[in-house]
Amino acid sequence: MGEIDLATVNWARAQFILTAMYHWLFVPITLGLSFLCAFFESMYVRTGKEEWKHLTKFWMTLFGINFAIGVATGIILEFEFGTNWSNYSWMVGDIFGAPLAIEGIFAFFLEATFFAVMFFGWERTSKGFHLFSTWMVAIGSNLSALWILVANGWMQYPVGMAFNPENARFEMQNFWEVLFSPVAIAKFTHTTSSSFVVGALFVITISSYYLLKGRHVDMAKKSIIVASVFGLLSSLFAAFTGDESAYANAYTQPMKLAAYEGLFTGSKGADLVALGLLTSGKKVGDGQDPFAFEVSIPRGLSLMAKRDVNAFVPGIEDLVYGNEAEGIMSVAEKMEKGKAAIADLAAMKQAGKAGDEPAKTAALERFLVNQDYLGFGYLDTPEESVPPVATTYYSFHTMVYLGTFFILLTLLYLYYSYKDTLEDKKWLLMLGVSSFFLALFASEMGWVVAEVGRQPWAIQDMLPVKMASTNIGAGHVQASFAIFFVLFTTLLIAEIKIMLRQIKIGPEGV
Amino acid sequence: MIGKLDIVTLQQIWWIICSIVGALFLFLNFVQGGQTLLWQVAKSDREKSLVINSLGRKWELTFTTLVLFGGALFAAFPKFYATSFGGAYWVWMLILFTFILQAVSYEYRTKPNNFLGARTYELFLFINGSVGILLIGAAVGTFFTGSNFTLNDFNQVTWTHPLRGVEAAFSLFNLSLGLFLVFNARVLGAMYLVNNVDFKGVPEFEARVRKSCLINFLCALPFLLYVVVSLLLIDGFATDAAGVVSMVAHKYLNNLLAMPIVLGLLLVGLFLVILGVTRTSLGRSTKGIWFGGLGTVFVGLAVFFTAGFNGTPFYPSKVDLQSSLTIYNASSSHYTLTAMCYVALFIPVVLAYIAYVWRQMDSKKIGMLDISDKKAY
Repeated sequence: MGEIDLATVNWARAQFILTAMYHWLFVPITLGLSFLCAFFESMYVRTGKEEWKHLTKFWMTLFGINFAIGVATGIILEFEFGTNWSNYSWMVGDIFGAPLAIEGIFAFFLEATFFAVMFFGWERTSKGFHLFSTWMVAIGSNLSALWILVANGWMQYPVGMAFNPENARFEMQNFWEVLFSPVAIAKFTHTTSSSFVVGALFVITISSYYLLKGRHVDMAKKSIIVASVFGLLSSLFAAFTGDESAYANAYTQPMKLAAYEGLFTGSKGADLVALGLLTSGKKVGDGQDPFAFEVSIPRGLSLMAKRDVNAFVPGIEDLVYGNEAEGIMSVAEKMEKGKAAIADLAAMKQAGKAGDEPAKTAALERFLVNQDYLGFGYLDTPEESVPPVATTYYSFHTMVYLGTFFILLTLLYLYYSYKDTLEDKKWLLMLGVSSFFLALFASEMGWVVAEVGRQPWAIQDMLPVKMASTNIGAGHVQASFAIFFVLFTTLLIAEIKIMLRQIKIGPEGV
Repeated sequence: MIGKLDIVTLQQIWWIICSIVGALFLFLNFVQGGQTLLWQVAKSDREKSLVINSLGRKWELTFTTLVLFGGALFAAFPKFYATSFGGAYWVWMLILFTFILQAVSYEYRTKPNNFLGARTYELFLFINGSVGILLIGAAVGTFFTGSNFTLNDFNQVTWTHPLRGVEAAFSLFNLSLGLFLVFNARVLGAMYLVNNVDFKGVPEFEARVRKSCLINFLCALPFLLYVVVSLLLIDGFATDAAGVVSMVAHKYLNNLLAMPIVLGLLLVGLFLVILGVTRTSLGRSTKGIWFGGLGTVFVGLAVFFTAGFNGTPFYPSKVDLQSSLTIYNASSSHYTLTAMCYVALFIPVVLAYIAYVWRQMDSKKIGMLDISDKKAY
């Protein structure tokens, strides 16, 4: 295969980070607020009270402003796999393309069609049909999340496929394995439930602001009750699915788990670091204590990762240098096998071109022995298999702390709403105003854990990111990066300005 | 049942499905066409508002169809997705930028404190409808004129032209196809507005829209004629049974003669578009869009079928003929195509609920009441 141009790879990476993180500023609000709008409108249809209709329309206006920029920043992601990652697209397109197409057929049309009814159908359709449409928008949005997360889950845990040496690509063998992979399910449930929290806190933030200002008090209180119930249930469920994700990681991506837990040396009955500062300059295998400071829960990690307080949890060093006692092969050995597989694949192609069938068959047989390690053949050093530990570790812990905080916060909101003393709790309302921004931050951090923790792989153990990019000069990718940056930032400024003005105008303006 | 079909049949089925999605997209470009008509046919803010609100309820359908077109090609013909999007980088990037601009413009145009001002968002819509459609036409043109790429043993693409795809717009054939699509979208846009807007109290506005349909059709005609005549005369890319690609004289003319159904689609399609234009511009009918729309779908199908069937590489390389992509060497595996066929069985259901919803929503035309609603664009 061709020479690797790392500048191109890194700019393509930067562009994916930029576009995906921009897109993710808006998606969680869509996923959560769409259901909240459906709840609000259901209240209206049940009670027939105009104030619920008014309230629904207000949140729908904000939903629409957010939705538009979510769509704008989303379209590029559908095509970016091709433009910036064409080698990836060819090598795994047989599997990865399907969920993207299904997302279009099953989810996007549902959203697009019923969105129009939700916004413009108040006078054109019946009450019941309008409510149905609002629910369809919520279901459609979350269905689109399902399919893209199935695709992402497959990258983390490639199942249901086999490598076809003839075409030099991976091909799908079992669709259901891809769809119902434990990682895909954990990803979908955790991502959607945490997004519901973001949506709920979006409502709480704005409503708290109104309560602090003494404006639209009735609407704000009503909104808070619905949002805090939804937020509390969702954040509890997010904690549960987060735990499930970690459990899945222990089997599917032990390196990622070790990185976000800061576990350099594995052990039986491993402790869980609840609070800790990583030693700066710590490198794999340098013998330094990984933590400058730590507070641990004894045997907590073994319990979380293996559901057994005495189980062995491998650390980064076990995974890199191998651990015979636990049956873990070293990366150096995997690299050797991988390089042999690459050489045999090339030999097979050569023999095929020369029409030398026996040589081709022999090369294929040799290739099949080592094919599972193909991806490792592209690594330069065993240490390259380690993701950036500090970034993964701190993102993970920030996410967990904030997630726990949201459980507490929504509980307090619910409690004081029940006591009807929320308006007097200025300190809580101030905290509430900040909560949406914290939730959005936690949500982005979740993606950092998922994606940075997966490095250096595009497809776990199969295809390193550096082999996945398009053969295009870095200059082109820099230029498109710059355009995206300017364009998305301009649109973001417009969105924020419009959103703030609508919040200022309040429900009277809708 | 589908799993019993052989791979060639599945590949052909998927080329037909992708062609249908692509052809529907060309019909739904009435949204883009309407966007470029805005400054021409609407003279007052009220008229402008009627146009924007009428189009603003459909733009997402067009947008979503484009996304599905990309997704379907990725799933069914991943080698095309990887080669074309990665290779012809800039032409696709520029197209996408125009759609990004479109996606916020309807929602933000009249919102208070919108940072860029209504005129800027209108300009975004114009860019999407002109530059965006022109480049899509140029990209489709390369199905017949070829592109500048080579593929290595591992199917990795190398693009040999420094403009990375934008060079497509400098071929007279591709440019003509692009301009034809731009004007055709405007024809369709006018037909759609005539059908969807309530012109009570603004007859001169209606007259302007109806007239613009004919004028834009006349503008489209020379480009259409150039494209069709060239297509019949030029040498085309052909593959033989062994998959070897060569240039063959009058290849596309041969394709049309060898596939009379495709020739029929082309002729009936053109006739229907003309019928739509005459009914809209010379008569008082509001139904022109159905003729124009169906006609456009037929013409689109004819274009894609001519490009992909009858031993024709649909994404040919002019620098290395043997790197050219056919529906047979660019497709997904038998398993994936089968699985996706089951998924595609749901497409009629999707079309049915879209039709149902829009019958409900469009039973009343867009009028003054709609644009004075606070939800209005």
